[in-house]
Amino acid sequence: VSTVPAAATQELQGRRRVRDRLGDRLLLALTLAAGLGAVALIGVIAYRILRGAHVAFSSFGLSFVWGTAWDTNKNLFGAAPGLFGTAVTSLMALLIATPLAIAIALFLSELAPRGFRVLVGSLVEMLAAIPSVVLGLWGILVLGPFVTNHLEPWLHRWLGFIPLFDEEGAAPGVFLAGLILAIMVVPIVASVCRELFLSIPSELEEGALALGATRWEMVRGVVLSSSRPGIAAAVILGLGRALGEAIAVTQVIGAQWVIKSSLFVPGDTLASRIAGQYQGAITKLQISSLFYLAAILLVIGLLTNLVAQLVVRRSTFQRTGGS
Amino acid sequence: MAVEPALTLRGDARVRRRRIVNRLAEAGATIAALAAVSVLGIVVWSIAKRGGSELSWGFLTKDLPLFGQPGGGIAPLLVGSALLVGIATAIALPVGVLIAVFLEEFASPAVRAPIQLSVDLLNGLPSIIIGVFVFGLLVYGHPQNGWAGSVGLAIVMLPLVTRATQEVLRLVPSSHREGALALGASRWRTVLGITLPSAFGGILTGTVLAVARAAGETAPLLFATSIFGRTINWNPGQALPNLPVQIFIWSESAEPEDHKRAWASALVLLIFVLATSLIARLALARSRRKLSR
Repeated sequence: VSTVPAAATQELQGRRRVRDRLGDRLLLALTLAAGLGAVALIGVIAYRILRGAHVAFSSFGLSFVWGTAWDTNKNLFGAAPGLFGTAVTSLMALLIATPLAIAIALFLSELAPRGFRVLVGSLVEMLAAIPSVVLGLWGILVLGPFVTNHLEPWLHRWLGFIPLFDEEGAAPGVFLAGLILAIMVVPIVASVCRELFLSIPSELEEGALALGATRWEMVRGVVLSSSRPGIAAAVILGLGRALGEAIAVTQVIGAQWVIKSSLFVPGDTLASRIAGQYQGAITKLQISSLFYLAAILLVIGLLTNLVAQLVVRRSTFQRTGGS
Repeated sequence: MAVEPALTLRGDARVRRRRIVNRLAEAGATIAALAAVSVLGIVVWSIAKRGGSELSWGFLTKDLPLFGQPGGGIAPLLVGSALLVGIATAIALPVGVLIAVFLEEFASPAVRAPIQLSVDLLNGLPSIIIGVFVFGLLVYGHPQNGWAGSVGLAIVMLPLVTRATQEVLRLVPSSHREGALALGASRWRTVLGITLPSAFGGILTGTVLAVARAAGETAPLLFATSIFGRTINWNPGQALPNLPVQIFIWSESAEPEDHKRAWASALVLLIFVLATSLIARLALARSRRKLSR
């Protein structure tokens, strides 16, 4: 039996203890710094954008929000047409995408055979992976002509009495932007809803089926009714995406700073106006006005996300708290 | 002998109506799924058809075309995009992993909440906001430069890397950590020697997904690196040519020749993005299965 002097072992252990304590402290400090960095980043982003908007804020004040002009010669700028365009395109995208996405999620979670489920599920997720600039290119050169030549005349003929479908216009426009946004929103809402539906205890579903409910009655009574808050959160997340999409919308919307009731005319959104001005902003006031638009978008975007988070937290709390 | 009422398995009108409604609902869900898949198919097919005929070795290796002239290629765009995304990954990967380690291994609930919220908010931040922020922080008053674009892309990638890492860290069985700690290993040795290595595969695939996302992002680059030369540039101190912004510029052009270039470049970008995210997803599913077993 080899004997190690007791003093030597103690010294070794002592050195190790010091090193371990140092290592622990260091790792904790590093990771904590990174975590606090994430919080600080949000703050710095907000601060930078508000500071950039300072010049526009001091010359327009809050009236920028409801101002309708975008006149570089008279140096008059306002956000209202962009707010209007953002609201209209996002709303249209959600109206199209929500029922579709819920139906897809139901197909993936309740209906599709197992092997098929993975395949279709990953194809739908692939749809979300298409870069927005590529989707926008497709929108302006393929979907656009189709919409102008077929869809818009058809809608105009049958629904033209509604102001929404009044005025036949050229390819780029609010309607096309809404369609492209719908394509972008569908996979997001669908994948959140699918996770939601899969998390419902199968005893509940099997119970309903055993009581003689058809599959649809089971879905309506068990799946949909118990995941309503979650669906709402998914739709709000989709809304966040639609509000903030800049590139694809810039490509297809036609960049007109106007408020019109018809969908078949060019328009603009907050995000697409910012993106569209990337080469054109010269004066300080104009650049600052773009920052102001970004500030409005930031506030709306953060609020949307916060609401979605709150809804999710409350719904998960209810589910775990109830059982 | 009493006559038994006829007991048929065919339902009455009500049952039949319920069954029809059920069939309609099932058909509706199936059609919706088919519609989503066919939109993907149509987009990919039309890009492959238009872009494929333009794609050639010369297109991939030549400098950008002179204004208004035929020919040219996209080599500078490929180099620039690779540089931008590479630098962004070098920033976002370590920081994202550190944040995730803090959230999953160290943070108390009270500290955790605001940091997790910030990561979620970053994830939902419109990318054009990041573009404007980077412009205000790093570009306004200076010439455009690649560093600024990379920082923008890194902000896009950061929450994605963090979330992916968090997810795999949660899957590492706590018995592994407890075993290491019970053997007298310190916290940092446990994290670096046990937890992170077993989460390595998941972190890698999460990063690849983030790279696929960043490679196609246009908005963070639009104000940072959109006015560039037509030759290959390896210096991030200057504006770097890159695929997404050039596709955007070509798609806004009125020249049919530019549209052709846009299609071919879009095909290159799409192949890269779809292939990497497909591979990453398959690997992710495998590593999750392995960890949760």
